[in-house]
Amino acid sequence: MSAASAAASPIAASNPHSAPVHTISILVRNKPGVLVRIALVFARRGYNIESLVVSADVTNGEFSRMTMTCSGDPETLEQIIKQVTKLIDVVHAFDHTGQFVYETEVALVKIQCKLSDRTEILQIAELYSAKVVDYGVDSLIVRIVGAHEKIDVFLSLLRNYQIVELVRSGKILMTRGLETT
Amino acid sequence: MATSPAPRPLTPVPPAPAKPAPVTKAQTGAEALIRCLEREGVEYIFGLSGGAAMPIFDALVDSKIKLILVRHEQGATHMADGYARSTGKPGVVLVTSGPGATNTVTGLLTALMDSCPMIVLTGQTISPMLGKDAFQEADVTGITYPVVKHSYLVKNPNDIPRVTREAFHLATTGRPGPVLIDLPKDVTSAPCTAQFVDKVNLPGYIVPGKADPDALKKAATLIAKSRKPVLYVGHGAVISGAGPAIMKLAEKLQAPIVNTLLGKGACAEDHPLHQGMLGMHGTAYANKAVTNCDMIMAIGARWDDRITGKLSEFCVGATKIHIDIDRAEFNKIVRPDVSIAADAKLAIEDLIPLVDKLDTGDWLKQIADWRKHFPLKYQKRGGLKAQHVLDRLDDLGGRDCILTTDVGQHQMWAAQFCLTTKNRHWLSSGGAGTMGYGFPAAIGAQFANPGKKVWCIVGDGGFQMTMCELATAALHKLPVKILIINNSYLGMVRQWQELFFENRLSGVDLEGNPDFVKLAGAYGIKGWRIKRPNEVDRILKAAMEWNDGPCLVEAEVIKEDNVFPMIPAGAALRDMIIERPKTKMAKPEGST
Repeated sequence: MSAASAAASPIAASNPHSAPVHTISILVRNKPGVLVRIALVFARRGYNIESLVVSADVTNGEFSRMTMTCSGDPETLEQIIKQVTKLIDVVHAFDHTGQFVYETEVALVKIQCKLSDRTEILQIAELYSAKVVDYGVDSLIVRIVGAHEKIDVFLSLLRNYQIVELVRSGKILMTRGLETT
Repeated sequence: MATSPAPRPLTPVPPAPAKPAPVTKAQTGAEALIRCLEREGVEYIFGLSGGAAMPIFDALVDSKIKLILVRHEQGATHMADGYARSTGKPGVVLVTSGPGATNTVTGLLTALMDSCPMIVLTGQTISPMLGKDAFQEADVTGITYPVVKHSYLVKNPNDIPRVTREAFHLATTGRPGPVLIDLPKDVTSAPCTAQFVDKVNLPGYIVPGKADPDALKKAATLIAKSRKPVLYVGHGAVISGAGPAIMKLAEKLQAPIVNTLLGKGACAEDHPLHQGMLGMHGTAYANKAVTNCDMIMAIGARWDDRITGKLSEFCVGATKIHIDIDRAEFNKIVRPDVSIAADAKLAIEDLIPLVDKLDTGDWLKQIADWRKHFPLKYQKRGGLKAQHVLDRLDDLGGRDCILTTDVGQHQMWAAQFCLTTKNRHWLSSGGAGTMGYGFPAAIGAQFANPGKKVWCIVGDGGFQMTMCELATAALHKLPVKILIINNSYLGMVRQWQELFFENRLSGVDLEGNPDFVKLAGAYGIKGWRIKRPNEVDRILKAAMEWNDGPCLVEAEVIKEDNVFPMIPAGAALRDMIIERPKTKMAKPEGST
């Protein structure tokens, strides 16, 4: 986590216990209930899932991919991953923490601002390659794509403006090279 | 119901409805289901009918599968469990939706915790009404997620053959467990045109078989260094039938064996190398061996908290080898030096050629010494003792019988004094500790093993939880022998209250118990009561020979007796209490 996001900002991704954040990818069979089964493995141990992205694997409709971030002690997480792997509908589950994988995330931020206040916001957005996707009379919606930490910093820079809404997609990742995730 | 040979039906049998001529020749989902069960070799279904399951019960009328109508769904699950544990084949349960299904939850937990193969078929409301609070609707897959190995909600009748095949495959392979199939009534009523399925396609479900040779070599190297080895045998050894291989290994190494409560029977407990059960109420010599060993090899066991006691002081310094078919057990409680994901029997068979006799002469002498100084014992004076009754049962042929137990003091005494020498002859709820298990489990085991004598050893508390199944046993004239160890208390809790809560008894006095012999009589079941030690042999012998349906022996044992040895929950194994302590003890820190 960057220093900027470590500031007690309500908009930065919170990690209250400062335990390491783990990014886990799970390949599952596209069956009803599979998400609940996985969620229960976490819930039973009092583990919080911080972000979760589920999408159908377009190359094969039989499977779905999940990318999940959570924090907690590594030993419990090792057990959780084993228990998740043990689920019949889970093909595999990997903790990619510390691995050289490509990770990205999307955030949408709605900011209330008058036309006169916009110059600085637009400058920040440009610096972070964020795009204004809605340009209203009293508000802007900015879309930013990039690493989790980059988004944290970007959001911390917008702290002085009135953020009306914030949506983050949660991390998605892919292993590099020909190896499949 | 109509398939049961019912000399005197205890529930009114509804008149069979006139069957309308079939519109098409296609079978219904329910008929397909029953054909699938027949293909899986199912002999018995333990069940209780109800509206949402009616198409399935109807399809059973034309099947050779025998339906055993129970009096409560929990009983059905434990019967299926007893059937499964005593044979290795999956037990099958059929119940209706809503409360019928929720009543199976305890049995599912019991089966899951003890890796017992079971198929639970639940009726469900018609699929358009799912989630709309229909009569007797419950989110059964939702309620049961944490207590099943896997489950299905079938929405298409053509999925029934595939789902059934997968369910049996999952229930019986790898680490066995219960699988639930929720079947909406419209799905079981609709035509099913799908073909039978033989192969399963379950990517991600990988069952370990033979052990990795490198892991075995590493294990053999560590074993070779040991002078004080212990083989710690669990339920996985029973399930895989690893007993003969383990005996061979133990004899080759000259290593002592201990087993868990559920590992009883994998290896004959009367073998000279066998030190009996370890853990909370295990033998003193088994626990001393584990405390002092330099190498412990878990074979199909999971380092349960009843076994390890205080983990930070468990087998400190000893090399640990863990053989388990379930990879999720590795590093869960203990970090072993070698973990071997494999079928226990195959792993041990491959390990035997890699090891040689160890220099364990001094070690075995030391254990023999402990055995001499700290034997299992009880006072024969001062009234009728449960231990005396169970000790005599063991001598009078109990060792050749299938024994089931309930949960509590009688369970521990039975585990201590009734040695198990045959695989799948000891059925007890270990992980879940389910009171009410013993009697229905005995019924299931007796159905599965008509040629064997089945004793169920129960306490007065647990028996009353499922004793409605007396009707089931009586109806089928099952020669199950019920031994009630009656101390008019929830004895194990009373023991804890005495030892750790200054004898402030709370919620343990079973004042109001019925006269169990008269109760048996009400069902037409033979009953005896043992009140004095000198009646034990005569009555146990009479019960052993009784063959005209079930019989019941009520042993009125002294009310306040304690199970020793005992390791208080969360204490280290070396802090074992061998006899009644004279000073007040600290409250245990461990789980329950």
